Amino acid sequence: MDLDLISNILYAMVRCGTPLLLVALGELVCEKTGVLNLGQEGMMLFGAVIGFIVAFSTGSLWLGVLLACLAGILLAALFALVALGCQANQVATGLALTIFGIGLSAFVGSAWVGKPLTGFEPLAIPLLSDIPLIGHMLFNQDVLVYLSFALFALITWALLKSRLGLILQAVGENPNAASAMGLPVMRVRTLAVLFGGAMAGMAGAYLSLAYTPMWAQNMSAGRGWIALALVVFASWRVLRVLLGAYLFGLASILHLVAQGIGISIPANLLAMLPYVATIVVLVLLSRDAVRTRLYAPVSLGQPWRGGH
Amino acid sequence: MLLTLEPRLQQSRRHLLLSPLLAALLTLLCGALLFAALGHDPLATFHTLLIEPVQDFYGVSELLIKAIPILLCALGLAVAYQARIWNIGAEGQLLIGALAGSALAINLLDWDSVLALPAVILTGVLAGALWAALAAWLRTHFNANEILTTIMLNYIALNLLLYFVHGPLKDPEGFSFPQSAMFADASRLPTLFDDVRLHAGFYLVLLAAVAVWVLLSRSFLGFQVRVLGLDSRAAGLMGFREKRLVWLALLISGGLAGLAGVSEVTGPIGQLVPQVSPGYGYAAITVAFLGRLNPLGIIVAGLLMALLYLGGENAQMTLNLPQSLTELFQGMMLFFLLACDLLILYRVRLGSWFRPATRKHTEHAPA
Repeated sequence: MDLDLISNILYAMVRCGTPLLLVALGELVCEKTGVLNLGQEGMMLFGAVIGFIVAFSTGSLWLGVLLACLAGILLAALFALVALGCQANQVATGLALTIFGIGLSAFVGSAWVGKPLTGFEPLAIPLLSDIPLIGHMLFNQDVLVYLSFALFALITWALLKSRLGLILQAVGENPNAASAMGLPVMRVRTLAVLFGGAMAGMAGAYLSLAYTPMWAQNMSAGRGWIALALVVFASWRVLRVLLGAYLFGLASILHLVAQGIGISIPANLLAMLPYVATIVVLVLLSRDAVRTRLYAPVSLGQPWRGGH
Repeated sequence: MLLTLEPRLQQSRRHLLLSPLLAALLTLLCGALLFAALGHDPLATFHTLLIEPVQDFYGVSELLIKAIPILLCALGLAVAYQARIWNIGAEGQLLIGALAGSALAINLLDWDSVLALPAVILTGVLAGALWAALAAWLRTHFNANEILTTIMLNYIALNLLLYFVHGPLKDPEGFSFPQSAMFADASRLPTLFDDVRLHAGFYLVLLAAVAVWVLLSRSFLGFQVRVLGLDSRAAGLMGFREKRLVWLALLISGGLAGLAGVSEVTGPIGQLVPQVSPGYGYAAITVAFLGRLNPLGIIVAGLLMALLYLGGENAQMTLNLPQSLTELFQGMMLFFLLACDLLILYRVRLGSWFRPATRKHTEHAPA
């Protein structure tokens, strides 16, 4: 393998990992507060279709991204209403949200399937993008990838260094104590869920406006679910979410690598790799139940009624 | 003042039946608003969607054909969900059942024996069960969450199917279409009437429904499954072996989903194609919950779902409405069901949602 090829693989890895990174960051914040939202796939698809329709109709890609985030927030609000407002089972609500999101996006987008759109183009940063090996990967991407870097930095800072991070963690680890301290547990959880919706919507917009600028039914192809596994993989730690997202990005572009070293494997078999990798990772991590329990937010997935 | 919910002390049986009905009605109501917003006459649209497709015997037969795979999957899922095993993988198990059954069937093209069909069907059932067994193994040995593993296995199964249908199982004389050769008559499910397509899979559904009912309501094994679902710690204290029950629940639901797949390829389709299932395995999740995990309820809910599929096709042809209407209704129904279920568990009281906890302390005097 020559340097050019490696540089191209790294570039594709980041592109492929970006939607995973965006969803997983949103879900991480959400799970930090103790809420498990399995509806990521649905919110992502709805974001993708709304982003595409808006960008196609108005010609403004940024308006598409913005409304995709709002679309994600809208579905997340539905989840918050049922799972937080009414304390319904979070697993069942999340599943229902995904099935609803798949149906809704397919219905809304049926007239837009296969329409062409010029999406976000790569934006080379002068000088920096000429750095060998990593320049192409880090500084020759489209704007949404740069935005994902910025969001990652912001969320890392917020979770690890700010008071907000402590609040999120307190609410997730022990909502009763947090509430007794005067923290508005419900409001924090609701906002975290909505934030997760915005991130999933943006990840959807990345798919339909940058990664493959078009709309196709079920175009997220399980990325929302992979992101959920990623958060477990990362043991709820933000730096590892980044690492995991790019590792899974790499797993999805292995056909490039295979081509590079001259092996031909049928595309459909290679397409299985990210899913197989997800299972392998889950197995490696879940085998040790104690470890998972140590890192998972204590109140994860449990409804909280307050007032006890 | 906002509404607040407070738990009911007793669940009412009436509510248990009311909530799926209410969910279906609310879905129809939302549908009517949607049709009106799109400029269609709601009543006429519902006529196209729900009545026109089943006006004659041919239509009823088509309805039953669609219901067969949905019901087989949903009956299996009911067993898993009763045990609180969240098997989301019926779709993948269905595809693998279809794939394995087809792999055998196209090797039996010249075998004109009465054993051909049972062999093909058994292969499909075993393959579906095996696919679910993977999830059971991952859960019991490695503690891996079955929701995520079964969903991942769905995507893997789909890609496996696509690989085989584009590669090893492709019909060499099929003009490079991605499909297998047509099966021999000996490995096809017979049709039940001369002029309609309804096939013997119908009997398989009836058999499965009775078997699942006996298992869940009339057997000790089913009792153990339900106890595990209600309270896994109680099941452990009573000496029920959780791992064995997890295996059992997943093997049964996988086997039935595999049966659904193989009955599609040996029944109406007659060969392996990439589009074996338009999401029957996912629709079955909604059907299982809408039917209250009860075989009789599932049959009713499954027929409704099949009608939505059939009506969706009809509405696309005659009214140019997108066929994904079916999936939209499916999602709405599941969501409404969840919301209506809150009426079972809670009653609505006036109050504030975001009331800080501290203010309530005075109201909860120790008994």
